Amino acid sequence: MTAHGSVVAEGRMVLGEDSKAQRFRAAALPHLDDVYTLARYLLRNTADAEDAAQECYLRAFRHFETFRGGSIKPWLLAILRNVCRAEYARRGALAVVTDDLDSAEQRAEGLWGEGGETPEQSTLRRLDADAVQRLIARLPDAFRETLVLREINELSYREIAEVIGAPVGTVMSRLARARALLRDLWLAEEKDS
Amino acid sequence: MTCEETEILLHALIDNELDAGHAREVEAHVATCARCAAKLAAYRDMRDATRGVTLRHVAPAKLRATIEREIPSPTRATSRRALLKGFALGGVVSAAAAASVAFVVVKQDRDSRILGETISAHLRSLQADHLTDVLSSDQHTVKPWFNGRIDLAPPVVDLTAQGFTLVGGRLDYIDGKPVAAIVYRRRVHVINLFVGQGLGPPLPAPRLEMVQGFNILRWNDQGLTLMAVSDLNRDELEEFKAKFDAAARGG
Repeated sequence: MTAHGSVVAEGRMVLGEDSKAQRFRAAALPHLDDVYTLARYLLRNTADAEDAAQECYLRAFRHFETFRGGSIKPWLLAILRNVCRAEYARRGALAVVTDDLDSAEQRAEGLWGEGGETPEQSTLRRLDADAVQRLIARLPDAFRETLVLREINELSYREIAEVIGAPVGTVMSRLARARALLRDLWLAEEKDS
Repeated sequence: MTCEETEILLHALIDNELDAGHAREVEAHVATCARCAAKLAAYRDMRDATRGVTLRHVAPAKLRATIEREIPSPTRATSRRALLKGFALGGVVSAAAAASVAFVVVKQDRDSRILGETISAHLRSLQADHLTDVLSSDQHTVKPWFNGRIDLAPPVVDLTAQGFTLVGGRLDYIDGKPVAAIVYRRRVHVINLFVGQGLGPPLPAPRLEMVQGFNILRWNDQGLTLMAVSDLNRDELEEFKAKFDAAARGG
């Protein structure tokens, strides 16, 4: 990283504020793609995602003292998530999100039916990245965020729990439902095309 | 294991998040249940179908440049002298900082995983019929039960007279290793005392932590790691340790 190199070469590490910026850059910037990716999936809009990622890094730098070590990725993604939720609120979508979640949790409850039948088709047709992204975009917010944190940001269950501020059990049930819903949407897509 | 539990846990199996014991349980259920086996196959297939598909986004260069610009850069006005002095120190400081950061990251990752698994094991034990494999308030029944089941001799002492009733023992898994769980009860509170080898960092002194709303008090004794987990308050958990230590030394 050029910023890193130049700072060390100029030898200002020993100054407090410089050292903070230096440590922050080294720790946080490598995760920009992860932050931006989550922002894209949460906000479903390129311009908003860029704004959110930028705001996330500013907040993270301002509060870098509160980062208590360990893996920084979940800490950054938790901040990004807060930024995105503020954006939901600004869009006036918060009430919709909540309703959406409840009804979706109920709908997801009965996936694969109470009939006890065995799912027949076990091989999904391959789709390209755009098509898969469109399917993920259709998942309700709470399921989408858990699925993306797991499958795309590649966090562990415990890290996801840390990001969304919920117990690991909630992560597990949301992930199960997210995947059930996604598979359902995927099969429906195959039928339509 | 029921189909309902499996429905959730098979995802943890796919994601490699299950400890060895539970992975075996899920696999055993799947082996005898066509419906759950089909689901597992279906989710594995979905994972295969998304593998190799680029679902990540790459941050635009413009965004990266903006963020780089906005994080305050090092101040420009520094004397030549300070600059040279800083240079020498800078090299040392950054190497030391990098080493300590790497050390802390590695250690904490494993340690927080161990703490998380300890809490999970405690929670599982609170589910019906999961608490004990050997149910006895007699330490002379519980202690030999571990013989041949685990490669260490856990200290088992009866603390009923001291207000902590011995309920029994159980074999559990933390960090992929078998551990002995000795179960005590105080009023309505369950205490799981996990005993294992090489669980987490060496502890020069007992350490009390609050994890997911539970207190974990852990310490080392004669090469073993002991972790007492409960929803009891800190004072009573420390009292438990004090009485346990006294009785273990006495017995």
